[in-house]
Amino acid sequence: MRTLKTLAGAVAFAALMAGSALAADMTVGFSQIGSESGWRAAETTLTKEQAEKRGIDLKFADAQQKQENQIKAIRSFIAQGVDAILLAPVVATGWDQVLEEAKDAEIPVVLLDRQVDSSDDLYLTAVGSDLEHEGAVAGDWLVKAVGDKPCNVVQLEGTTGSSPAIKRKEGFEKAVSGHDNIKIVRSQTGDFTRTKGKEVMESFLKAENGGKDICALYAHNDDMALGAIQAIKEAGLKPGKDILVVSIDSVPDIFLAMQNGEANASVELTPNMAGPAFDALEAYFKDKKQPPKFIQTESKLYTQDDDPKSVYEAKKNQGY
Amino acid sequence: MTLPATMRRVLPQLVALLVILALNTAIAPGFLDVAFANGRLYGSLIDILNRGAPVALLAIGMTLVIATRGIDLSVGAVMAIAGAVAAALITTGQPLAVTLVATLGAGALCGLWNGALVAFLGIQPIIATLILMVAGRGIAQLITEGIILTFNDPGLVFVGSGTVLGVPFPIILWVVIGLCVSLLFRVTALGLLVEAIGVNRRASTLAGIGTSALLLAVYAASGLCAAVAGVVAAADIMGADANNAGLWLELDAILAVVVGGNSLMGGRFSIAGSLIGAMIIQSVNTGILLAGFPPEFNLVIKAAIIVVILVVQSPASHTLSAYFRHRPGAAQDRSAGAVRAAGKTGSAGKEAVR
Amino acid sequence: MAASEPLLRAEGISKDFLGVTALSGVDFDLAAGEIHALVGENGAGKSTLIKILTGAYRRDAGRIVLSGEPISPSDVMEAQSLGIGTVYQEVNLLPNLTVAENLFLGREPKRFGLIDRRAANRRSREILAQYGLSIDVSAQLSAYSVAVRQIVAIARAVDLSGKVLILDEPTASLDAAEVSRLFAILEDLKARGLGIVFITHFFDQVYRIADRVTILRNGHKVATRPLAGLERLELVSMMLGRELKEEESHRAPAGEAGERPVVARFRGVGKRGRIAPFDLDLRAGEVVGVAGLLGSGRTETAELMFGIAQPDEGRVEVDGRPAGFASPRDAIAEGFGFCPEDRKQDGIIDDLSVRENIVLALQARRGWTKPLSRKEQEAIADRYIAALDIRTSDREKPIKFLSGGNQQKVILARWLATDPRLLILDEPTRGIDVGAHAEIIRLIGELRERGMSLLVISSELEEIVAYATRVRILADRRHAGELDAGAISADAIMRAIAAGERHGDGQGRAAEIMQEGAA
Repeated sequence: MRTLKTLAGAVAFAALMAGSALAADMTVGFSQIGSESGWRAAETTLTKEQAEKRGIDLKFADAQQKQENQIKAIRSFIAQGVDAILLAPVVATGWDQVLEEAKDAEIPVVLLDRQVDSSDDLYLTAVGSDLEHEGAVAGDWLVKAVGDKPCNVVQLEGTTGSSPAIKRKEGFEKAVSGHDNIKIVRSQTGDFTRTKGKEVMESFLKAENGGKDICALYAHNDDMALGAIQAIKEAGLKPGKDILVVSIDSVPDIFLAMQNGEANASVELTPNMAGPAFDALEAYFKDKKQPPKFIQTESKLYTQDDDPKSVYEAKKNQGY
Repeated sequence: MTLPATMRRVLPQLVALLVILALNTAIAPGFLDVAFANGRLYGSLIDILNRGAPVALLAIGMTLVIATRGIDLSVGAVMAIAGAVAAALITTGQPLAVTLVATLGAGALCGLWNGALVAFLGIQPIIATLILMVAGRGIAQLITEGIILTFNDPGLVFVGSGTVLGVPFPIILWVVIGLCVSLLFRVTALGLLVEAIGVNRRASTLAGIGTSALLLAVYAASGLCAAVAGVVAAADIMGADANNAGLWLELDAILAVVVGGNSLMGGRFSIAGSLIGAMIIQSVNTGILLAGFPPEFNLVIKAAIIVVILVVQSPASHTLSAYFRHRPGAAQDRSAGAVRAAGKTGSAGKEAVR
Repeated sequence: MAASEPLLRAEGISKDFLGVTALSGVDFDLAAGEIHALVGENGAGKSTLIKILTGAYRRDAGRIVLSGEPISPSDVMEAQSLGIGTVYQEVNLLPNLTVAENLFLGREPKRFGLIDRRAANRRSREILAQYGLSIDVSAQLSAYSVAVRQIVAIARAVDLSGKVLILDEPTASLDAAEVSRLFAILEDLKARGLGIVFITHFFDQVYRIADRVTILRNGHKVATRPLAGLERLELVSMMLGRELKEEESHRAPAGEAGERPVVARFRGVGKRGRIAPFDLDLRAGEVVGVAGLLGSGRTETAELMFGIAQPDEGRVEVDGRPAGFASPRDAIAEGFGFCPEDRKQDGIIDDLSVRENIVLALQARRGWTKPLSRKEQEAIADRYIAALDIRTSDREKPIKFLSGGNQQKVILARWLATDPRLLILDEPTRGIDVGAHAEIIRLIGELRERGMSLLVISSELEEIVAYATRVRILADRRHAGELDAGAISADAIMRAIAAGERHGDGQGRAAEIMQEGAA
């Protein structure tokens, strides 16, 4: 169903594109990578929502994971004379020429979520999250939550060698490094999946005295945490109480776990990259204000006190 | 006669398994402890049997396919499809029985598709099954609409994490299915016919074996096994993860079959060997997790151990050991040793299972 | 022959394979300008001896002297450079390279460090001219017939080595004209002073070409004898190690065939491009021989009759009922059996045991739900191992370890176990040793007497004469005629084939081959 809706949407937008010269305040082209994950789908949903709210005419192009499609889309945006372009680049390299073309046409480009290798005068600004900061937010929460009690932490890492895995690990370790009562006793990759999260957590529990020696779990994404929560339950322990659970991403399912008291905190990787991007564009067009070259999105921390039930309901409809 | 022969056939695999378990015990004290807690058996050994269930189930079907000199690369993707079908049906309120039957049906259908490409169109198995390996995950994503489709139906969840008399249900599933399939192939003539096809398909057809129908059945069986594995994997995490369910498990399953002493050239096969192979692989995985090495080493360690096992099993090393036993140094034992050695080389990994 | 030091002398050669003796103290010598045949039943040690001479195997004991120098080649390359070249039955060349590239592979003439293609082509033409072959040397080898390829292989081996040429069953896949051509070349090489070792199963050829013969049996040398004055019977008995009973050439009785029931009736059965429509009635208790040149449609006829290929016209009746075979399974259900020509590819299941190979067709016909018990399988296997005198140490031995003749008997046993009414045999005696050869011919007669209907395809005319009650003549992909019992003789068959070939559009394959070289 969802796919059908997306398809219908794409067709509608294409139709709009063809006959557009509609007088809106601002016309923005958005070249999206595709819809490879729930988060990406949510980003698309929120971008459309934000545009509608602000009365922006959004032209959407799904590149289906191909750079050539993105370059074609940008050229077509330029040809149509849009006011600005949002680009979520599928890869980091190979953008110089098409960005030059946009610059020559005096159309500002805002990068969403990912960076490119091109010189930074070819785009207006880049909106994204800071992976290391996310890890730090999770670490800070744990420091506050345990106070000065001793706490052995186990860590479920993302796919070995991926930048979220490296940065989220560094941020967390820096945040807890000054606190001698907190010790990371085991750290192993769970490949960002629920299955591996569960399997690795089972082995952590076995290795650490049936889990009695573990005080907290830090997972680099919510899915691994959700798998681990099941492993903790099957071992006869209470996740969220016997073992604290903190993770990153804030996908809808983690709020259900929070509501049940099985997860404690999640750091949001917001899919709302378009909001800050539109803010910057509006300011730029209004009084030619140059934004900074990197706009960091908020890494919001959600806990059990943030009414997880309603957050879940809200997020559920964002396309995750 | 039959039992000792079977034991002799899987002896190298059993020895390898025991060595790995001994290594694990040395690395992780308490590795062998099994306790009864929360109404279920609890311990690392149980984890190995339980976590190894998907690969063990896949290996059962894969053994049969490989015995016909085929290969089934699609089983990982079929797992994802099966998980997605099960989750989609149960969340739309279908009864458990309907869900399970439809899911197994989907798996069998996938297998029949592969079998038809191989048996009727004569496409090489590696290519024929590659098609579904690539497309299958996309089909699964269409069914789940790109999200992790979660469910709470206690019946379906039981398949993944329920217990019977304290034994996790996935363990019971693979042991029982493994036994039933082995018996089916050894008590009937299916084993002989499948082995004949694997050794020489054309000669088998000329001898009157319905090779096309048998190939179809064997691939369907592999699809069924993959569907069961897919339900186990989905039920385990109470959700169908189309992107990751069964990802790369086809390779683990093939590895399990090979580590189990079966030849990729088809012919003689042993399901018991493959199941032990699956447990060897899972023991290595679990041992690595328990060891607490940095995760960067996981794959290197796993590869090194597998290489050692395969080298020890290889025909070349059998010949080599025969050569050393045969050297003039052992002159007085020469003839006896030679006979033993000759028997051994001839049987390298291919001795009859019955 | 050569009173002085022979060109090649091997003394006391022994070889064990993991405790199994393959050769034991074998002496062998070869003079320059001599053609020396090496014969023996399968498993006698011929190929082991060859492989030791050419460095493919290391000997366990003994010495080899070439031109007075002791040698110990450690691989085929070294043996070649010392002067010993080999040509195998399956020609060991690369079909996708040109003739010239094959001749100079690994030793291409160079100019400025690059391969000098022109020089290679020129020298190739010169070399092949010595063999009376003038062909386009820049064409791919695969464009030429097996006979031409074999000559190229010989030319390469002689050019590389130049002293000793070893030919391992070179005539197995050649027809009569091609064989004559090959022999002319061998005579020429002999005149140039080469020593030639020649392995074959065909006695006629041994007598035609060889000066001396060495007989091996069970890894031992029986004798080396000049062929002049050697009786055939004596040669056979040395090979077999026993006296042959009177030559199995008793003529099958001229049947009162008309009165026997028709088992299968084929009417206008044919397949475009394979075999023209033919009529054929097969009666109980008769042997229909099928004779014709290679490619005349012999195997194609068998394939249509057994459901391997489907005819696009005509009808089939079994016991007077219409029948159609979509697959061999259907034909087997009607009581048919088929021993294919290519035993290794189409017959044996090489990794499976003798027992499993014997019960396979019966088990397939019963279906997988009705397995033969292990005891039943063993009883069936033992019965046929005894009845057909299959030589195997153990019924559980993989069939690939048996000799060709014994493998053929296992395939026969596989069909006899299904108690067939009609048995189709495609070249049942090809490439098997003399003893098994005679037994299979005797067996065909016995089966006929028991009332079985047989169709036997063979290129051995003497053989057909021995067992056939009538002979179907095939030529140019059609059934060209039939000889009745009274008219059967090798001469008559040959004349009928020749007449058939002339009658058709085809030029006749023999003529074709001769022209290929002369062009």
